[in-house]
Amino acid sequence: MSIFTCPLPLPARDRILLGHGSGGKLSAELMRDIFLPALSNPMLDRLDDQAVFAAGGVRLAMTTDSFVVKPLFFRGGDIGSLAVHGTVNDLAMGGATPLYLSAAFILEEGLAMDTLRRVTESLAQAAREAGVRVITGDTKVVEKGSGDGLFINTTGIGLVPERVELSADRAKPGDAVILSGSIGEHGIAILAEREGLEFETPVGSDSAALHTLVAEMLAAARGIRCLRDPTRGGVSSTLNEIARQSKVSIRIEERAITVRPEVQGACELLGLDPLYVANEGKLIAIVDPAQAEAVVSAMRRHPLGEGAGIIGSVGDGPPGLVTIRTALGTVRIVDMLSGDQLPRIC
Amino acid sequence: MCLAVPGKVLEVEDTGSNRLAKVQFGGITRQAYLDFVPEAGVGDYVIVHVGFAISRVDAEEAARTYELLEQMEMLAEEGPA
Amino acid sequence: MKYIDEYRDPKIAEALVRKLQRQVTRPWVLMEICGGQTHTLMRYGIDELIPRQIELVHGPGCPVCVTPLEVVDKAIEIAARPEVIFVSYGDMLRVPGSRSDLFRVKAEGGDVRIAYTPMDALKIARANPGRRVVFFAIGFETTAPANAMAVWQAKREGLANFSLLVSHVLVPPAIRMLLESPANRVQGFIAPGHVCTVMGYRQYEDLAARYRVPFVVGGFEPVDLLESISMLVAQLEEGRAEVENQYARAVSREGNAPAQRLIGDVFEEADRKWRGIGPIPRSGWRLRPEFDAWNAEKVFGIPEKDVPEPPECISALVLQGLKKPLDCPAFGAGCTPERPLGAPMVSGEGACAAYYRYKTHGAPGASA
Repeated sequence: MSIFTCPLPLPARDRILLGHGSGGKLSAELMRDIFLPALSNPMLDRLDDQAVFAAGGVRLAMTTDSFVVKPLFFRGGDIGSLAVHGTVNDLAMGGATPLYLSAAFILEEGLAMDTLRRVTESLAQAAREAGVRVITGDTKVVEKGSGDGLFINTTGIGLVPERVELSADRAKPGDAVILSGSIGEHGIAILAEREGLEFETPVGSDSAALHTLVAEMLAAARGIRCLRDPTRGGVSSTLNEIARQSKVSIRIEERAITVRPEVQGACELLGLDPLYVANEGKLIAIVDPAQAEAVVSAMRRHPLGEGAGIIGSVGDGPPGLVTIRTALGTVRIVDMLSGDQLPRIC
Repeated sequence: MCLAVPGKVLEVEDTGSNRLAKVQFGGITRQAYLDFVPEAGVGDYVIVHVGFAISRVDAEEAARTYELLEQMEMLAEEGPA
Repeated sequence: MKYIDEYRDPKIAEALVRKLQRQVTRPWVLMEICGGQTHTLMRYGIDELIPRQIELVHGPGCPVCVTPLEVVDKAIEIAARPEVIFVSYGDMLRVPGSRSDLFRVKAEGGDVRIAYTPMDALKIARANPGRRVVFFAIGFETTAPANAMAVWQAKREGLANFSLLVSHVLVPPAIRMLLESPANRVQGFIAPGHVCTVMGYRQYEDLAARYRVPFVVGGFEPVDLLESISMLVAQLEEGRAEVENQYARAVSREGNAPAQRLIGDVFEEADRKWRGIGPIPRSGWRLRPEFDAWNAEKVFGIPEKDVPEPPECISALVLQGLKKPLDCPAFGAGCTPERPLGAPMVSGEGACAAYYRYKTHGAPGASA
């Protein structure tokens, strides 16, 4: 049949779409096609959440992150606290003790001064609680209509202890996959306040600084190979990145993953899969199986790891393949998020 | 084709033009219009699609058919048929 | 969640699978019409659980998928106008027209917004009297009461800056088209439960009698679908061709009378083209003439044109259950959820997207 021949060329993609910022496949394409060809070097090419390097005889970690959350204030946090937690966590996932942050504000003309004051106070409090100091910063103002009220960029520097070597390319077949708690709370807290989707939920974002939890884990066991916080794109995208970079397969168990009732309710209503919904206070650890129980016990003693458990294991199946055993015992593929997760209505 | 989800009616109000309810879905609540299910009231479960309840869940029918399913499961557990 | 969690019970599912294994004596080809049911089948791997003699083929019940290119192009043209706020259900934004999609219109400066309910589009119209608010009213019978209510209230309020771009399709004419096709292989249907909450299932009784083919009105959870499959197999093995109702907790034979009344007040039957399938007589609804002032096609006066579909996309065959997505040479290569060629790859409910997400590994030829 003629319909089996001659595919058309793909439509040229000449503009940035929102999906390019969703942490899924389009984001990965930007890295592959635009950023890495221009900027490639061994440290960047690892594509970890932070870069670790030696300078002046000490090992340092450095990371940067921009925050564009809408709405600015949501249940369980705001853009100020998020800007601290996000960058502290990117340092923590490299095993670093966070030391200093920078904070750069891009403000839209007309922003209420009180809003800026509240966000800054929240950022300051989150930094105090995390034990980091904001030691440099910048402010720019853009014309009305050129920004969405307020954007924040934070860059973080931390100290990495000797012998700590964490990277997404170190997972080995047999390793345990550990998740620190229930999933999807940040993404649902944000969605709850989106225009047009409003629903009431009693529980807010899980946004939190994870470095003290990481410190407990590293103290409990040497066999931690990789830490990642499943933010944009959710648990599924993070597991896919680890599987791809380590050239291993990963199998997780649906039953081992906790989804709170408010997250389940919102996901059912909007047709979303919690595995793809963002978290801001959870981590995934890939751990030597002999030490997995010790790591889980240490995590459960920390308030941010009370819900920790082993959710699956690393295998030697096709590199990059992530699968889940469903509640019915069948196995299906867990792919990366493709584009933004849209409310599915019909 | 049509994502529709059962939720429990918590409150009902008449806005003048619509019958509007607060409906609980798991751990969240959201507004839904009850214009098409005049028989549904507080405590009933309704099936909601794009903001409108399109059906009231028949609790007796659901209990009856689910009991049959559970019996089948118990029979299956007792041994090979 | 009540009425959801218990219908995902693995033990009951397992008991139903064992029952099916006892029931089946020969091969049967069944079709689930509804994309929501396709999604559940893939999400839970139900096609792997059931006996191999039962083949499930996936029907055309994804409203986003079957909305014709011409209408998507019209939507894109209207949404790009500076005075317009274009409001749509979320999954419609990624659907490609012949040259663009609504996400790109938004990227190029169009005011395109997602709504959960058409009533939110009404609110936007009331709040923006200086703008023209257009709601993209797609869907099957299930979505019609909500879309009808929005335009009915706009007319009652005299809300002059609100209009609907309607592309409503109906399930029974599509089933009739499938059954009339000489290539048809489908021997039994799972009828779409949520369509039937609105319309009831009397129309399916006519189809069952005329074509001697059984129907079971099915729900959307794994246990619902396994029970529906079991009821269909029982009918087929016993040589019956009736309409049975597995989803009795939500569906009655007569359906939802108030909803049907409002649909009748607002819409009338019309011929419709289905993307990937072609024109089907009397297979859709359009606004009645008394709603012309709220009908975006009339208000914006966009000329009709016929738009050809990409030749390498076999969605026509997929939507009719004649081919599986994996049979398509473009699947996963030239056609992915990021860059869909055909409609079934676009919506999470489309058969191709469900296969891509749950059955492949993001690369052509790869499988689990």
